[in-house]
Amino acid sequence: MVSDVIDNEQIEILLNDVLEVHGYDFLEYSHASIKRRITRLYALDSFVSFAEFRYTVRTDKQYFKRFLEEITVNVTEMFRDPSFYRALRNEVLPVLGTYPFIRIWVAGCSTGEEAYSLAIVLKELNLLSKSLIYATDINPSVLDKAKKGMFPLTYLKQYSENYFLAGGTKEFSSYYTANYSLAKFDESLNSKMIFSTHNLVSDHSFNEFQLILCRNVLIYFDKDLQHKVFNLFDSSIEKLGYIALGSKESLEFWPKAKQYKRIKLEKIWRKL
Amino acid sequence: MAQTVISTKCSALVIGGSAGSLDVLLEIFPNLNENLKFPIIIVVHRKASNESLLTDLLKHRTPLKVSEADEKVLLKNGQVYIAPADYHLLVEEDRSLSLDYSEKINYSRPSIDVTFQSAAEVFKEGLVCVLLSGSNADGVEGLKAVNKFGGTAVIQDPTTAMMPYMPQQADLNVKPLLVMHSFEMAEYINKLNN
Repeated sequence: MVSDVIDNEQIEILLNDVLEVHGYDFLEYSHASIKRRITRLYALDSFVSFAEFRYTVRTDKQYFKRFLEEITVNVTEMFRDPSFYRALRNEVLPVLGTYPFIRIWVAGCSTGEEAYSLAIVLKELNLLSKSLIYATDINPSVLDKAKKGMFPLTYLKQYSENYFLAGGTKEFSSYYTANYSLAKFDESLNSKMIFSTHNLVSDHSFNEFQLILCRNVLIYFDKDLQHKVFNLFDSSIEKLGYIALGSKESLEFWPKAKQYKRIKLEKIWRKL
Repeated sequence: MAQTVISTKCSALVIGGSAGSLDVLLEIFPNLNENLKFPIIIVVHRKASNESLLTDLLKHRTPLKVSEADEKVLLKNGQVYIAPADYHLLVEEDRSLSLDYSEKINYSRPSIDVTFQSAAEVFKEGLVCVLLSGSNADGVEGLKAVNKFGGTAVIQDPTTAMMPYMPQQADLNVKPLLVMHSFEMAEYINKLNN
């Protein structure tokens, strides 16, 4: 990959265009990573000049959809970091199970693998019927995929291994039917999911939750934007509710972190 | 703006390796000086489950401070940062580190190419990148970027590597290149301090 075909100034111009024309604000994203995504896309789609690339991003609505999908990272998996899901299963969800109703927000859900993982754990704890999972992402096309609940069969071996390590109690294959190259997950799982676009950078809080899952999204944001998003979560989470982050993310340097207590070893915090 | 640089001060060192590189790291680190005036970043391919093993191993074999790289942390001279398993590690313009969970590159996350490339742009001629033993070609594109931005590309002599493929690929595709035996590396790194 050529890494210097687009310089920092051009990245800035492009991101300003994206904000001005399409209303998506990437200016507070970590620079090195978004630059890599953009240069990668530029090479992938064989653009010959920055001017042409910029023009296409500005004017071609269809291409912008692709741009959005490619520069945001949509890599995820089911039961990612199994010990995290084990903690949800054993420590967090049983506590929430004592509530009459459980509202969960999976922020930045991408293609939905984590929302489905969560639904499976809720089902095994007999809590799914009184739960509602709000799965949101900035990106409409990944949400369309998430709604379908179909994942490539080639990943299922890894997912079922993760599921087992996460304390899963059933045959993982009982949750899906194999359909050519895809595994279609049981509709009882997404019957309790609401999919919607939500932009963590610009949109407000839209409900009160007992659990917010936002994993490997904040690593792409700069410190200021991370703190803004933590404030958004803070105003969206009930007292004694939980915030769960990715394995390398932390509330640590956020001023209000003292009002949260971390669950041992996992990146899960409880609001005091 | 052309300028002739006779000896440039090293402002950062990045070491990448895969299969067979751990032995080399364990050979280098006990022999490094305590007061190195640049940060060291290490990117080694490994399974996601071996999380802190590499950090623990190195920690006890060097006078330098070793930690797994946290996102947004500012690089400090004389400290060693290890790319966490299962994340790409990038260097930002302000010399802070950022993490990235995007698709694997060369079947690898962390990918050596990703870190070499982003460091190349930031540290330019002050960067030294060392590619060790390994059995795929990760790091080769990265070393090209290092050269392009004026940094120094170094490889482990393939004939001394447990898995020669990775340094061999660099040897074939990257010019200029310094080729070194593993036992010369600690001394070379210590000398970068001047």
